[in-house]
Amino acid sequence: MRTIKAQLISDTIAELCIRANRELPTDIAQRIREAREKETWPTACTSLQLIQENVIAARNGELPICQDTGMACVFAEVGQEIHVEGDFESAVNDGVRKGYKEGYLRKSVVQDPLRRVNTEDNTPAVITVRLVPGDRLRLTVMPKGFGSENMSAIAMLKPAQGEQGVKDFILETVRHAGPNPCPPIIVGVGIGGTFDRAALLAKEALLRPVTQRNADPYYSAMEEELLERINALGIGPQGFGGRTTALGVNIEVMPTHVAGLPIAVNISCHVTRRATAVL
Amino acid sequence: MEYRITTPVSRKDLADLRAGDSVFLSGIVYTARDAAHQRMMECLKKGEPLPYPIDGSAVYYAGPTPARPGQIIGAIGPTTASRMDASSPALLDLGQKILIGKGRRDENVRKAIMRNGAVYLGALGGAGALAAQSIKSAEVLCWPDLGCEAVRKLLVEDWCLTVIIDSLGNDLYEIGPKNYRDSQEKLP
Repeated sequence: MRTIKAQLISDTIAELCIRANRELPTDIAQRIREAREKETWPTACTSLQLIQENVIAARNGELPICQDTGMACVFAEVGQEIHVEGDFESAVNDGVRKGYKEGYLRKSVVQDPLRRVNTEDNTPAVITVRLVPGDRLRLTVMPKGFGSENMSAIAMLKPAQGEQGVKDFILETVRHAGPNPCPPIIVGVGIGGTFDRAALLAKEALLRPVTQRNADPYYSAMEEELLERINALGIGPQGFGGRTTALGVNIEVMPTHVAGLPIAVNISCHVTRRATAVL
Repeated sequence: MEYRITTPVSRKDLADLRAGDSVFLSGIVYTARDAAHQRMMECLKKGEPLPYPIDGSAVYYAGPTPARPGQIIGAIGPTTASRMDASSPALLDLGQKILIGKGRRDENVRKAIMRNGAVYLGALGGAGALAAQSIKSAEVLCWPDLGCEAVRKLLVEDWCLTVIIDSLGNDLYEIGPKNYRDSQEKLP
């Protein structure tokens, strides 16, 4: 049994919150670079250039890349041989509190969805814990902005709708989102499981680098086909027209019930952020 | 085309702008988003004054990150404007002339823009750090209890924006993607 102190978890989460908000993941930066090279539409070229300049401005000014520093989605893979000294959930929230204060990040969380009073410290985090073999603790912070979150969608399709139904739903969700989620977007897709699990799969799909395809060739081909079809929609960067509507489509799947075909699409913007540490 | 515009503005100042044009905006711009718009609507209902002179004004739908010591403002990109669709026609009819944000507006807003000779300008979504560079001063003007949603008075200089909806009702979100798709169909 290995002991990890709650304080170490808090400090790590705080550091991850700040890093994630200031540094664009390298896979996304790479895809934006590649998109700029392939883009021919003038306004799209300008937008992609400004998107890159913004990332540099954030780094130089020690500013967040985007003012919507999101709701802190925290993914923890907890080794079964770990003993946390203290309360795990409080440790994570203490870390979010510290990171959002010390990093001058925006506090965007309200205590109650209808009565809407700001919690003033961006807590609570949205925590997803998975028990895994071993004695390591892997922590990932994904600050999720709501301009794109609001354009996400879920549906319980009929099994007979199959592959066609799934593709149509994804394309329709992206088309409907249009300029609102700050394209070029990343499209996280969850297929299967139950109603709730499809949504979680869609969010977890956003954790995978956009440069990495699904290991199953069937889904890998679907990711590539969907990316091509989404970019043929012509929405373009900022929705002003152009080739680059999405930087990637990531699909995650799991077994489901004979009677169902759940599908969730979690839309994320060109500032899709994530930072990971292993303790 | 490129235009230099300074606030406050009149209908005439905006008449030549067309969807897709670039605007370099200078002068005073007020921030207001969801909660501030709700309160402004309550002001109108009760007959109380609005927090800033509305005639000829520019509103920016944004809530910044906190400024670090020595900085004027934190990151301050636009938020999704459609959440303010219900309030915008009333404010446009009172003289608000420039709306700044990102994302689609509904038909009522488009009609109110045309009726009043106003414009909807797009700031680069997700580019909060870049937008901060065009802001020369910032102060909380009203409703500090709203935190990042408080109404702020910004002084901006040569802030690069794009005309999304012009005073004739043209919408770049319709025209831009359509022109791009047409150009692809014409390819050999």
